[in-house]
Amino acid sequence: MTSLLRVENVDTYYGLIQALRGASLEVQAGGIVALLGANGAGKTTLLKTVMGLLEDQPDKGEIFFDGQPIHGRETEDIARRGIAYVPEGREVFRELTVMENLKIGAYARRDAIGEDLEGIFRYFPRLLERRDQWAGTLSGGEQQMLAIGRALMSRPRLLLLDEPSLGLSPLLVQEIFDIVKSINTDGVTILLVEQNARMALSVASRALVMERGRFVLEGSAEEVAADPDVQEFYLGLATEESVKGFKRYRRKKRWR
Amino acid sequence: MDILGNLPQVLFSGLAAGSVYALVALAMVIIYRTTEVLNFAQGDMAMMSTYVGLGLLVAGGLPFFWAMLGALAFAAALGAFSEFAFLRRAKEPTVLGLIIITLGIEMIVFGFASWKWGGDPRDLPTPLSPADVVVIGGVIMSYLELATIAISATTISALFLFLNRSKAGLAMRATQQNRAVARLMGIRVRRVEMGAWALAAVIGGIAGLLVGPATTVEPYMMWDPMMKGFAAAVLGGMTSLAGAALGGAIIGIIENLFGFYVSTAFKSVVPFAAILLMLAIKPSGLLARHYVKKV
Ligand SMILES: Nc1ncnc2c1ncn2[C@@H]1O[C@H](COP(=O)(O)OP(=O)(O)O)[C@@H](O)[C@H]1O
Ligand SMILES: [Mg+2]
Repeated sequence: MTSLLRVENVDTYYGLIQALRGASLEVQAGGIVALLGANGAGKTTLLKTVMGLLEDQPDKGEIFFDGQPIHGRETEDIARRGIAYVPEGREVFRELTVMENLKIGAYARRDAIGEDLEGIFRYFPRLLERRDQWAGTLSGGEQQMLAIGRALMSRPRLLLLDEPSLGLSPLLVQEIFDIVKSINTDGVTILLVEQNARMALSVASRALVMERGRFVLEGSAEEVAADPDVQEFYLGLATEESVKGFKRYRRKKRWR
Repeated sequence: MDILGNLPQVLFSGLAAGSVYALVALAMVIIYRTTEVLNFAQGDMAMMSTYVGLGLLVAGGLPFFWAMLGALAFAAALGAFSEFAFLRRAKEPTVLGLIIITLGIEMIVFGFASWKWGGDPRDLPTPLSPADVVVIGGVIMSYLELATIAISATTISALFLFLNRSKAGLAMRATQQNRAVARLMGIRVRRVEMGAWALAAVIGGIAGLLVGPATTVEPYMMWDPMMKGFAAAVLGGMTSLAGAALGGAIIGIIENLFGFYVSTAFKSVVPFAAILLMLAIKPSGLLARHYVKKV
């Protein structure tokens, strides 16, 4: 079985700063893969590298979508192959209406989009109420819904979500995650980057942990959730070694 | 002469002049919003297109309508070519660098036109002569002025329809607001940018074809409308299409009011005085919204 997304030994630089160091990962079609890691670990960089958003990057390594190489391709083409990316901070088109944002999500398609719109308004009834409003006037949670809806309008096979829970109230976070789950049930494979590890692990089938530009742990969501380091640093469960562990962790961060 | 009685006449002439400025202003705003470039070649690109129209009409013997259409097709090609050949080559460009590029294009176009067609002013014959007039409510309206206003209004309406109702227009607005995210939607943003230059050049070209018959066709013909159009764009806030159109009308009108009631000698200076005033009072322009461009 070929994997839907395969990242192999990827190095990405911002000028002289190396943000990805031989990062490798595989996403099989079907599930939700959670991508965990501290702030600055390189999660966003990985997603941007996959989408070809960083000019002349990756510097090294290969990326395959559905068996085809996509590294070095134009972002437009990568998106058109069936990967949708919901960026950190939502990035809706603020001066387009909600409806226009959804329509532009389907830009590369030539078939009818009525059914897709209905589907999105079923997931997010609030967007229907606000469809003629400028996206910039929506609340943070509504913008997140719109950004996800816009991404779904392209009928992606792989959805990359970058911290969808950032800045949202716990209630909204729950709502968004419920929908992420049903989107997956409806057949879209999801790579989910999250700071909220507990929430991410609760919906994911597999999980990876990233540290300083490379993956340090991979396994089923249960396995990763049971890892002592993950429990301590990402799930905030105190253990006996917590003081020592905390110090080691801090020192590592300074070495970066 | 009845001072106030002449007001409608002055306003009408101002509107006719202003509708040309509005077109130039819109062309500049389209390019500025899409590629963040102030295109100082806008006027001379229009001048060259007008020469091409004149050539097709007189030397080529094409019917008037087809000659003008040919001129606009040339304008589109010139706009697209300029973006593709010059602007796109700039790697990590600065605002200043891009302006220098457009000044370079302006010099090439102006130099070419002066060399090829010389400095002799020529007439652009149209089916309408400036002598054909109608008088409505005491206001003398030449057919040419009426056609100018009608064609500008139609062009502006068509532009608004294109941007707000078509898929390509939506893609252009999305690209203007957030280029990287537009690419994530599968929009081929380089084509959109080239298209924006072509579109702007066509709108500028229409202005040229309206200026030609009213004055004469010569290499300098667009300098004055270009400066006024730029002023109108600034007055409207540089990023607002409605502001640019309104700015054009306002500049045409105050220029004519000043010319009629005060002095013709300083007529051309007045719009710039208005802009200085505007920049001092409301620097964001007449209709500028709070427009935050994400990079
Ligand atoms: N535009 C940038 N220029 C320079 N360094 C950057 C840039 N974006 C991110 N970085 C650096 O790359 C590393 C990874 O960042 P990022 O991918 O945003 O991490 P994460 O999403 O995991 O929080 C960090 O050290 C960050 O400082
Ligand atoms: Mg991030």
